[in-house]
Amino acid sequence: MTKIELTVDGAAVSDDVEPRMLLVQYLREKLGKTGTVIGCDTSNCGACTVHLDGTSVKSCNVLAVQANGRTVTTIEGLADTAEGELHPVQESFRECHGLQCGFCTPGMIMQAVDLLGENPNPTEEEVRLGMEGNLCRCTGYHNIVKSVLHAAEGAKA
Amino acid sequence: MIPVQFDYLAPTSVEEALSALGQHGDDAKILAGGQSLLPVLRMRLNAPEVVIDLGGIASLRGIRDDGDAIVIGAMTTHHDVRDHALVKEHALLLSKAAAEVADSQIRHRGTFGGALAHADPAGDLGAPALALGAQFVIAGAGGTRTVEASDFFVDLFETAIGEDEILTEVRVPKHTGWGAHYEKFVRVAHQWPIVAIAATVKGSIDEARVGLTNMGSTPLRATATEQALAGATATGDGVRAAAELAAEGTNPPSDLNGAADYRQHLARVLTGRAVLKAAGV
Ligand SMILES: Cc1cc2nc3c(=O)[nH]c(=O)nc-3n(C[C@H](O)[C@H](O)[C@H](O)COP(=O)(O)OP(=O)(O)OC[C@H]3O[C@@H](n4cnc5c(N)ncnc54)[C@H](O)[C@@H]3O)c2cc1C
Ligand code: FES
Ligand code: FES
Repeated sequence: MTKIELTVDGAAVSDDVEPRMLLVQYLREKLGKTGTVIGCDTSNCGACTVHLDGTSVKSCNVLAVQANGRTVTTIEGLADTAEGELHPVQESFRECHGLQCGFCTPGMIMQAVDLLGENPNPTEEEVRLGMEGNLCRCTGYHNIVKSVLHAAEGAKA
Repeated sequence: MIPVQFDYLAPTSVEEALSALGQHGDDAKILAGGQSLLPVLRMRLNAPEVVIDLGGIASLRGIRDDGDAIVIGAMTTHHDVRDHALVKEHALLLSKAAAEVADSQIRHRGTFGGALAHADPAGDLGAPALALGAQFVIAGAGGTRTVEASDFFVDLFETAIGEDEILTEVRVPKHTGWGAHYEKFVRVAHQWPIVAIAATVKGSIDEARVGLTNMGSTPLRATATEQALAGATATGDGVRAAAELAAEGTNPPSDLNGAADYRQHLARVLTGRAVLKAAGV
């Protein structure tokens, strides 16, 4: 067992974990943050995307011990849910119907937030490229791209 | 799936990491960004007893100016290689190639040194490193040694790095002001390249370097094309004629993505495109 101490969604947590435990497992199984989901076994789908020290990563491809001393933000920590609020990008996905079954959505939103942080004013092509590590089996992507562009517009207003 | 059990070590210096490697020998595996190693462990294709994480060694991260070269720390991420001002100014080809690795999330974790040490023949950074004449600084118990790119890549997934050694940094000779383009051929998003061409040229064209990805068991250079381009004028016909030589001496794989002769055809076509784009034509 290895002791880890980190900040997850604003709260300090510490645990003894097996070194082989994946960050996504830690979030879901130890902390109960099941908003972050697992969609594949190959690190291709992006459903498990979270922010590690402010940048997007696939949490199925990071060990929990690698997050020691660092800050993790999941879909559950993006907005002040206690206040019943949504993050502007979450709001935008709702507005533009950027989802059907919703399984890919937590990862899509976390990646979109990262993308807009780096490039607040993306073109449609830049959105498509920036989201290439996230797969959706339902929407055909059009409304996802629309949601991200809509969020960028909203941030300008 | 999750990996089998292993012990985890997080050294904070290269010396500490080397002594851990020396102690555990081939039971140990180095962990850099984990973007190739963790999938391997999760699929249980490998099961080291000890994993030595380089993530806590600050000296392995970052890019610096060193006179006639820039020096890229092994633990610098693809994301940082892509965006760094020194890379854009002196080794534009590496910035362009790093931008094509995998996807955004993987570029935030995966490292320059990890990708080169992994030496996947379809990896996007080997051919540009070879084309730019990079030098690999490798640390071992007896000190450090420097290996030329032409000697670094030995075979499929095999480099000059010994089992008890660590790649610490890569020196890239400055190619200040050279135009560059990385032409990657894929069928779907964030795929490994079926074939890719790393081209960088001085002027249009005084000198040219052309690296080939996935055209053999290691990255290769298209030397016949480079020679034909030196001193040539960057016209479409001239460049395409030189690019006809790009597949000479290559030995590409045949697999689900394409047969060897198809890859050789791709190499010729893509070399023409890459060189013209690098020359700004
Ligand atoms: C879905 C997916 C898609 C990808 N697509 C691409 C792609 O299109 N193009 C591409 O080029 N790559 C791609 N990659 C791989 C990515 O580039 C990895 O970042 C890279 O191959 C390995 O770097 P790493 O830092 O993650 O190394 P790790 O995975 O941590 O290590 C890789 C290997 O190198 C060894 N090693 C690492 N660092 C050192 C060192 N300093 N000294 C000695 N040995 C060391 C490790 O022991 C291990 O064997 C993809 C990966 C995934 C998961
Ligand atoms: S579950 Fe992490 S990428 Fe698919
Ligand atoms: S909405 Fe179903 S996978 Fe994207």
